[in-house]
Amino acid sequence: MWLLLGLLLHHQQPTHLSVYAAASLTDAFNEIADSLERRDPDLHIDFNFAGSQVLVLQIGQGAAADVFASADSLWMKTAQDSGLIEGTPQTFVRNRLVVIVPKGNPARIGKLQDLGRSGVKLVLAADQVPAGRYARQTIFRLSRLAGYPTDYGRRVLGNVVSNEENVRSVAAKVQLGEADAGIVYVSDVTPALARQVQRIELPDSANVIASYPIAVVRHAPNALAAKGFIEFVLSPSGQAVLAKNGFIAAR
Amino acid sequence: MKPLIVRVALVAAVATLLCILALPMISLLVRLSPGELLHQLSQPVVLTALGLSLETSVATTVVVILLGLPVAYLLATKDFKGKRVLRALVEIPIVLPPTVAGVGLLLAFGRAGLAGGALKALGIELPFTTLAVVVAQVFVATPFFISAATAGIASVERRYTDAAATLGATPGYGFFRVLLPLALPSVLAGAAMSWARALGEFGATITFAGNLPGRTQTMPLAVYTALQNDLAAAVALSLLLVILSFSILLGLRFAPWGAAVGGAPARPRGR
Repeated sequence: MWLLLGLLLHHQQPTHLSVYAAASLTDAFNEIADSLERRDPDLHIDFNFAGSQVLVLQIGQGAAADVFASADSLWMKTAQDSGLIEGTPQTFVRNRLVVIVPKGNPARIGKLQDLGRSGVKLVLAADQVPAGRYARQTIFRLSRLAGYPTDYGRRVLGNVVSNEENVRSVAAKVQLGEADAGIVYVSDVTPALARQVQRIELPDSANVIASYPIAVVRHAPNALAAKGFIEFVLSPSGQAVLAKNGFIAAR
Repeated sequence: MKPLIVRVALVAAVATLLCILALPMISLLVRLSPGELLHQLSQPVVLTALGLSLETSVATTVVVILLGLPVAYLLATKDFKGKRVLRALVEIPIVLPPTVAGVGLLLAFGRAGLAGGALKALGIELPFTTLAVVVAQVFVATPFFISAATAGIASVERRYTDAAATLGATPGYGFFRVLLPLALPSVLAGAAMSWARALGEFGATITFAGNLPGRTQTMPLAVYTALQNDLAAAVALSLLLVILSFSILLGLRFAPWGAAVGGAPARPRGR
């Protein structure tokens, strides 16, 4: 009994900040957490990385989150409309898409047109996932560019062999060499991944620039620490970490 | 008469467990109005997922019986070196997180996996195919069959098979006409458990086979996908899955041979 009480009391001392963040932020946010925790030994940052759509669902079902960082403004707006957000969300970073193929390029994809060749195994994030929706927008935009067949969009989408639940699973399927190609964020091509995949750049005219909003969750158990976290993400040091991880700084 | 405190504890334990197990099912049941439920269930994506789930889980059950029966026979009747290791090996999938199973399957039978080259020589590329769904289901569902079938075969008294052999029955005749009929209740129970487990398989499937409607998106995957933007569809699909699985398990208990499952050692019954 006393032991339990002691545990409870002791538990109140350090702050456990709970950050719900889009899967694509995994590496950058872990790095940010490391430097924040080094500054303040009483601060513990716990992450829940998943597709933004899953995070909105979890917060909506009462998950005790303090911060929500979404990979698109649509899911942030859904969260706002459902009354899950405190204050106004702020765009903290931007991201672009890139096509990746496994090292060795089994399907011999040399240019974007090759994605429409029959038999190519393409993996995308599901269209509920921001990365998946952006990827489909990009394919649609490509199909209207000169040099692409008019049925390009239909053919590329016909080559999709799996709709993954988040963008990091797309990267994993390409990394393992099981998919011939995948579309991910530039920031997903981490140094570790870069050794095992080749990149095929998308032209700016077709690329979708994703804006990532961040906000404090309504009734956040640690609202103060949550504000501190967001301030750091928006600060020059936070932005530098994000830029180092392949994101486009928003400030 | 038991002391009051024992009875209270018993009732409390039963009530608590019932709450934990039954309340989620009941919540799924009452969430949608019948009209809304019917509307959701008539969506093409639901029917496609249902068809694929039935197709793959039945195929899985057949494979599990064909490959599992010899192993169960071996485990139940023979003593050999490494038997305990084999037993532990066939039981691993019960305790393994299915996602781990999926990663293992990819690294083994994926295009770039250990056996990928050999499969490719045979013209087989597993990942992202319906066949991969079946392989994932076989991986997770086999132990349920093996446990039940092994126990069933082991419980058949040796003297019946011995008597058959004494009377001149070949080993094959002894197995199919004496041993198997006696162990049949357990074998069928194991098959039903495997079927139910295959129907509910999620983690290994989405990791190894991917998620594409009509090809690899079984009902659990469709639930997960729907959950991300259409709660009503997800609830309807979940309810359908619960009803299907519950029917299989209930059928198992009410089947004519169901009473024998886990009961007394099997004896021949007169015609």
